[in-house]
Amino acid sequence: MNKVKVKKSFYYFWMIVLCIMFLTPVYMAIITSLKDPAEINLTTSWKWPTILNFNSYSKAFKLLKPNFINSVILAVSGTVISSFVGAINGYIFSKNKFKGSELIFTLLLFGMFIPYQIILIPLFQVLKTFGLYGSLTGLIFAHVVYGIPIVTMLFRNFYDQIPDSILESGRIDGAGYFSIFTRLMLPLSIPSFVVVGIWQFTQIWNEFLWGICLTKQSSNPITVGLSQLAGGQAVSWNIPMAGAILSALPVLAIYIFLGKYFIQGLLSGSVKE
Amino acid sequence: MNISKGKKKNKEKLYSLLILLPSILLVGIFVYGFVGNTIWTSLTDWGEGAGLALNPIKNFVGLKNYKTLFFSFTQSGFRQDLVNTIFYTLLLLFGTLFLGLFLAIMLDRKVKKEGIYRTIFLYPMALSFIVSGTIWRWLLAPSGGVNQIPTWFGGKQNQFLWISSQKQILQFNWQNIWQVLGVIGLIFCVIVLLINIKREDKRKIIIWSCVSGIFALFAFVICPLIPPVLKSEEKHGLNLAIIGIIIAGVWQYSGYAMALYLAGLRGLSGSIKESAKLDGANEAVYYFKIAIPNLKPITLSAVVIMAHISLKMFDLIYAMAGADNGFTGHPSVRMYLTTFRANKFALGAAMAVILFFLAACFIIPYMVNSHRSRRPMR
Repeated sequence: MNKVKVKKSFYYFWMIVLCIMFLTPVYMAIITSLKDPAEINLTTSWKWPTILNFNSYSKAFKLLKPNFINSVILAVSGTVISSFVGAINGYIFSKNKFKGSELIFTLLLFGMFIPYQIILIPLFQVLKTFGLYGSLTGLIFAHVVYGIPIVTMLFRNFYDQIPDSILESGRIDGAGYFSIFTRLMLPLSIPSFVVVGIWQFTQIWNEFLWGICLTKQSSNPITVGLSQLAGGQAVSWNIPMAGAILSALPVLAIYIFLGKYFIQGLLSGSVKE
Repeated sequence: MNISKGKKKNKEKLYSLLILLPSILLVGIFVYGFVGNTIWTSLTDWGEGAGLALNPIKNFVGLKNYKTLFFSFTQSGFRQDLVNTIFYTLLLLFGTLFLGLFLAIMLDRKVKKEGIYRTIFLYPMALSFIVSGTIWRWLLAPSGGVNQIPTWFGGKQNQFLWISSQKQILQFNWQNIWQVLGVIGLIFCVIVLLINIKREDKRKIIIWSCVSGIFALFAFVICPLIPPVLKSEEKHGLNLAIIGIIIAGVWQYSGYAMALYLAGLRGLSGSIKESAKLDGANEAVYYFKIAIPNLKPITLSAVVIMAHISLKMFDLIYAMAGADNGFTGHPSVRMYLTTFRANKFALGAAMAVILFFLAACFIIPYMVNSHRSRRPMR
């Protein structure tokens, strides 16, 4: 009995050490953001601030506000549009298969895995040609287009779990191709809208490469804003840390409150049932 | 009745195609078309003298841009970036998979409050590389953060420069690149051969000894005969400055590997565990002999996902070391600098293509595999 206890406490000891290791960066970000600039010093970087100074947050927020608004517009509209595109595509790939649909699906998925550098130059040219370079519209468009593969896959996997018998009974009741989708499938797919919505929102919110290559100062998303805030060599670290926490807050909140759906999105497609 | 049903079927098929058409067209143009366009651009000069024009008249120059990247004196930085990529990928893979598997096994053993632990291990995934890069840059600053830890135990402050070290280990000379590749291939083949000798698979032993022989012949007989690929000696190797970036990457993504493995461990039916226990297997034996071999498909997806993430390290490197840091370079960063700062679009396109083919090594087998596994389900 005693041996089991020793083993158990040993085990929990390691779990706590691991947790501390994973939480260290957050601790560091919080204490640094709360320090007075004069108190920030490399040798005392681990110490709790002597006086709590919340000024950095208001300063960082002031600097990041335009970027924050841009990212909200980007992420919300990108997420809404791609969710609906994904829902209708998933409905076809799962419930209205035809000859060749499986191949089309696989070919669509390819777009999910490419490193985006390979499409960056033509995308830049096309957006410039259509006058969309540097505008939020152009960036939303890019997010929707390159989001098609993943959202289609997520919805398809979800619809595959809905038994065909439900559709059959709908057909017997006289529902057609479209009314099955709007009256039967859509109400059933609220959980998958949550999964896809969270996934797309986090992806768009955290995206950086297009943000830096395809936008102008006025349309920079939050990631670009933060990188500029932290970029200079002689920065006082309280403001970038406050900025990092502020820009992480929306996704972190989603993760903490809707974590179950976040993990579902993460796992689907990579682990097969 | 039958005819109208058939008509209905046809009509529905038409609807399906019409609805899919925009997605097919968009992906067709923006993915396949653009990939083709970039490959074409990489074979041109982007309009000699019209470097800044948006849609120049491009002249075909063949593989000139690639020759520049691999063999010209001016692009030695790119070659170091390629070497870095290999180390980024390998180290990130090993780091995340081992730590992830370890965390998953820890959590699989019915902990109290498992949800809390899982949340803590996985939350870095929700952050952007820019956020985590900003924080880790401060943690890994030369005389602060992590380097202060030894002083808590009465030790001396650690002096290692996590992101700005200029040291390089495992150096080799790019002049002998073919020989280096041959030796790496030989080592790989010998490992596979040894595994098969242990398994006593006669046919495979013969095949792999032949392949090893070919590699040995190539590396030690043919390579010394080829003239060196560069005029002067050029050293490349593992830059120690990338270690800081790897640490941040592992911190951020081992939770992902954990989630994948945990789902896999939970998927193994309880009866496997029960029967293993009845056979007298203790926990260690269960995990090493039964669970881990059963998780092979998950390891495969995890390898693909992590390799893919490591090829997208652009954001993390940009946030931690800056785009201009030569020691932590990556082809994606150099592609950005070459294309959008130096306006050398054709050369940038060639870099993107190389990055794309590196990614394709992982993606295409994975996609073919998953396409095959989907088909018999119908």
